[in-house]
Amino acid sequence: MKARIIVTLKTGVLDPQGKAIEAALKSFGIDSVEGVRQGKVFDLDVNASDPAAAEATLKAACEKLLANTVVENYAIEIA
Amino acid sequence: MRAAIVVFPGSNRDADVARALRLAGAEVVSVWHADTELPAGTDLAVLPGGFSYGDYLRCGAIAGRAPAMDAVRAHAARGGLVLGICNGFQILCESGLLPGVLMRNVNRRFICHRQTLRVERNDTRFTSAYARGQVIDVCVAHGEGNYFAEPETLARIEGEGRVAFRYCDPTGALTIDANRNGSINAIAGIYSETRNVLGLMPHPENFVEGLVGGQDGRGLFESLAA
Repeated sequence: MKARIIVTLKTGVLDPQGKAIEAALKSFGIDSVEGVRQGKVFDLDVNASDPAAAEATLKAACEKLLANTVVENYAIEIA
Repeated sequence: MRAAIVVFPGSNRDADVARALRLAGAEVVSVWHADTELPAGTDLAVLPGGFSYGDYLRCGAIAGRAPAMDAVRAHAARGGLVLGICNGFQILCESGLLPGVLMRNVNRRFICHRQTLRVERNDTRFTSAYARGQVIDVCVAHGEGNYFAEPETLARIEGEGRVAFRYCDPTGALTIDANRNGSINAIAGIYSETRNVLGLMPHPENFVEGLVGGQDGRGLFESLAA
């Protein structure tokens, strides 16, 4: 089963990289972009019998390692 | 004082902290990250600076879940002393032994310079050789040292007097310029609830001999070995 996990910074947590990217876009004349937040995408293959089992496994993966829930949120998409 | 230094793939300051500890009179052994136990009689577990696992995923994230960290967690739970420096502080936060997280420096740059710190309290096992409020001159070298904690957590840390060191100017004043990584409340290091675990971003082990430019870092190792 193919899955994608998207990890993003929580609202209110400062994202210096996002700010730098936003400034760079503006410097290229792409100035209608207002606000950039950088995150991470993980594409995973999961050996699971059904989507619910896969979701449980992926949730554990996020909580244990892939996201630092102090400052990050995660979203799980199962194909 | 028997110290065990936990070495991860990518640790690179283990020899320096070993030297600082030996100078203070401690006995030092190394522990590999895959080991599941600390040597018998370990008083202090040390997580040294470096770039464990190449800083992949997040700084300290993978090391924080290494087998040796279960042993460090058990050691801390028994009241054993734990010291994490730089990457070691990041590992302590990622492993749940200390609250909060070290984020990318606010200026997005790796910073490497001499740094003055204010010793917030000297009634701990780590700082008894210093005076309360003393300003010490050490070094910093990191890209992700911007300490952050949620408001509730921060209020608890401050309320319980768990800030060990703050970035300050040479007079001890907390100025924006002195806090170059952008840490919340200028926090450079914090203690666990029972003050047996200390994590800090600066490198006291850099400055333990006059020959290399300073020895204000000695006090930390002398406090531990006392």
